[in-house]
Formats: sequence, structure tokens, C-alpha cells
Amino acid sequence: MSILSAEWTALLYLAAAVCFILALKGLSSPRTARRGNLIGAAGATLAVVTVFLSAKLDNIPLILLAIAVGSAIAAPISRRVQMTQMPQLVALFNGVGGGAAALVAMLELGHSEGPWVLVAVVFTMLVGAVSFAGSAITVAKLQELITTRPVVFPGMKWVMTLAVVAALVIGGLVVATGSIGWALLLLVLGLAVGLLLVLPVGGADVPIVISLLNAFTGLAVAASGVVLDNVLLVVAGTLVGASGTILTRAMASAMGRGVSGIMFGAFRGGSTAGSTTQSDRPVRSSNPEDVAVMLAYAQRVVIVPGYGLAVAQGQHTIAELATTLEARGVDVAFAIHPVAGRMPGHMNVLLAEANVPYESLKEMAEVNPEFKNTDVVLVVGANDVVNPAAKTSPGAPIYGMPILEVEEGRQIVFLKRSMRPGFAGIENELLFDPKTTLLFGDAKDSLTKVLGAVNAL
Amino acid sequence: MDPITLLTVIVLTVFVGFEVVSKVSSTLHTPLMSGANAIHGIILIGAIIVAGQLDDPWLIAVALLAVALATANLVGGFVVTDRMLGMFRGRKPAVTSKDTTK
Repeated sequence: MSILSAEWTALLYLAAAVCFILALKGLSSPRTARRGNLIGAAGATLAVVTVFLSAKLDNIPLILLAIAVGSAIAAPISRRVQMTQMPQLVALFNGVGGGAAALVAMLELGHSEGPWVLVAVVFTMLVGAVSFAGSAITVAKLQELITTRPVVFPGMKWVMTLAVVAALVIGGLVVATGSIGWALLLLVLGLAVGLLLVLPVGGADVPIVISLLNAFTGLAVAASGVVLDNVLLVVAGTLVGASGTILTRAMASAMGRGVSGIMFGAFRGGSTAGSTTQSDRPVRSSNPEDVAVMLAYAQRVVIVPGYGLAVAQGQHTIAELATTLEARGVDVAFAIHPVAGRMPGHMNVLLAEANVPYESLKEMAEVNPEFKNTDVVLVVGANDVVNPAAKTSPGAPIYGMPILEVEEGRQIVFLKRSMRPGFAGIENELLFDPKTTLLFGDAKDSLTKVLGAVNAL
Repeated sequence: MDPITLLTVIVLTVFVGFEVVSKVSSTLHTPLMSGANAIHGIILIGAIIVAGQLDDPWLIAVALLAVALATANLVGGFVVTDRMLGMFRGRKPAVTSKDTTK
């Protein structure tokens, strides 16, 4: 239908673009974040309604059906997904968005004229395909469908270089000939580059890669806007590309890493020292009763939550344990590492869900000097973020990442499922320290037992 | 759009993009990433425009796939971001979120 004039269409797209800017602005502050997200959704709705009312469209029933199918799949999954699986879901949505952009550009190839438009087609297809394949690998890594260790093979560097050069050459051919055959080959090469780009990234760095691929998809969408001569796509895509780049750098610096180190570290070799196997050295393991006594008679306890707590859904139990200890006069705080869990802010969200008061959550810089005055540090399902290897062994994949200095504490209790190393795949020396006690088991079970034992004292 | 106007729009948008997220606490990194992820789902309008111009059934099928994927990105992105942010709400007026989780 062409109900709306070109001027009205442009104005409504402008309104949608403003909504997106306000959405990102809102999402940058805790108070306005939720409203920001709703403004973004409103902008998107406005844009979709506008396109139906302005463009001359055939196949409208089929298009509406496809929209219904997409929503019917995505909305329930998003509503029901476990907290721990949210990063995968974000990566998945990012990947399909990139895939959609690549397909749109490919379908427009026949209608595209002029070298710049064709360059935009090639760019969208290539970057969209990279984002699609790369996101698929991050999902597989986060779901542990494939190993979380960096995957490298001899000569990978050359294969990668070859794939990139081939993609650029084929891209040039697509621009020169406009041939759909070359375009399909370009798509395949894009997928290969995406694969090769993300496979060598170690597990702990995956959230940063998701953010980077998110920015990639943004750029692909911006380029598709050039292809379709649609200013809203250009603005929205560029906005995501730019903010995504800043966000990626911010995340990387929260982990004390550079983005290029994460992406290419494994290629250069040397940073894959995650392959140490589990050793048989003795550790001191204990029972819930002993841990309960340690905690209940301490003056000050700092709890360090990690991914294991999120997996076990133990947030309510640990909140209750903290309240119980505080009722006995113990000073309890939670130490939050910015990248504990599998995404930045994971622990804040998890503990907020269990109504842990905001004042009890301490950030890394605030809590690190306090560890030496702490009687018991209770590490629940965290490993990499307290691993002193980040400070002491330059070869480790996490070397240089700021950590919670729990080794300064007087006594350390680890609640762990097993001796398995953390997501980064490196063993933690702290587990063998004489002042460390281990309590094996599912975090929630262990916490329930400890809580019961504290109550029985 | 002529190339110069286009370039102007892109350059200005890049600065806006840098500016709006320049001072964000690490707590909000993930919801912000997720929100930005939802926004690029707007490729949906591109997919709709393309799907509405085709005649060949196979090409229409490909375009409809793009529409469905883009919708998943857009709808799922906003819903999952809202859920993440909903969990933050439990801090101060901590009444509503507890009922739903138990």
C-alpha cells in the first residue's frame, strides 16, 4: 500500500531513528534502562508499520505469515530461557540478524546498479555471513556443544589469510559482474571466515566476541540500507556498529584485555596455555558442618559468586545464608567481578533476582583491599575470576585480567562441582593452597547443607 | 540519496553511537549489548521491502526466510533485554519479582 507520502515516510523513519538513539541512551543508565528498551521496541514497531503503509508490496499475506512464525519462535524462547543461557540467546539472535542482512543484500543484487551500491551489497553479504557463522560458533561454545578451548590447527593463519583474500577477490568479481554465482561463493567464503575467526577464541572471551559480532551485524545492516536506499537502516545499523565497537572495547578493558589480543591471540600462539590437564595433587576437602562452623564464627565473610551459582540456581539459597549469617552478627559482603559468570553484570542480575540488597554487592576495586581483613572467603562456583594465574603466569590465557584477590583472605572455601578447571581451561593454584578448603557438590545442594548446619549450631 | 548526504548521515551517526554509550557501568554491558542487538533486527524492514518486490517463488521463499530471521532478531532481542532488565528491578521495591520466581 502506498498510503503514506515519501515525506511522511521519511518523517516516521526519522522518529524511529530517534527512538533507537534514546533507547541506547536509556540503556546506559540503570534507572532508565527498562524504559529505554521499551522506547526501542516502540521505534521498531513504528518502522515496521510505516514500511507496510508506504512501500508498494506484493506477497503481503506471506510476509505477515513469516513475521508471525519468527515471533512465535523467538518470543516464547526469550521468555522462558534460563538466566544462564541468555548470552547464547543474544548470540543466536545476532547471528540470525546477520544472516537476514546477507540474504537481503543477495536478493537485491539483481536490482543494484552503480559500483558503490554493489560494494555495499558485497559488504553486507560478507559481514552478514561472518556474523552468522561466528555467532553460531559462539552459541556452540557457550552451550558446550564444542570445546570451549581455543581451536587451532597448524597453518590456520594461512588458511585464514587465504579465505580473506579469496573473499575480497570474489567480492571484487561480484562488483564487476553482478553475477549471482560469484555472490553465492562469496556467501560461503564469508561463512568460512566467520568460522575461522571465532574458533580460536578461548571460552572466557566469548562474551566479548558476541559484542564484536553484534557490531559487525550493525555494520552489515547499515550497508544494506545503502543497498536499499533506506536511511533508517543506515542510521540504525551505524548506531549499533559504533556503540557496539565502544561496548566491545569497554568489555575487553574490564577483563584487562585488548580486542585484537582476544581475536588473534591464539593465532600468534603462546596464549593457548590453557591445555594443562587436571593434576592429582592433594587438596583439602571438607564437609558442610565444618564450613558452617567456619562461617558462623567468623567476623567477616566475603562471598564470591560465579557461573556455578547461576547454573545451580543457588541465588536464593545464598541470599538466605547471607541473611542468616548477618543475623548471627557476621559481617557479610558479596564481591562481584565485572565478568563473573558468562556475561558482564551476570552476577548483579542473578543476586538482584534473589533480592540481595544492592549495598551488599561490592565491586572489585572496592573489595580487593578488604580481603586481607576477611576471615573467610566463600567462593561459590567461580574459578577464573579468582585465579592468581592472571597475575603470576604470563602464558595463561587470562594473564593480565584483573582478579578478585581472594588469596589475601585468611581462609578460603571453594564450593565446586569437581576439580574441573574454569571456562578458560586453566588450573587454579589456589585450590592447592594450605588455607583453602573445598566442598564438592552442586552449589545449591552444598549451600542448602551449609545453611542447615549453620541453623543447627 | 546522494553519496555526500549519505556520508554526512553515517559520520554523524557514528559520533552519536560513540557518545550515547561512552559512560556505561560494567553492570549494564550485557543488557546494552542485547538492546543494540535488538535494534539491528530492524533489518526486518529491508527484508519486507525485498520480499514485497519478488515474483519468483524460490526467491520469495529465501526472502521470507530473511523476514522470519529478522523478526526473531527484533522481537526476541527486545523481549530478552526486557527480561534481563526486569531482574534488576528487584533491588529497592523488592516485592514483585520474588513472587514470579518462586
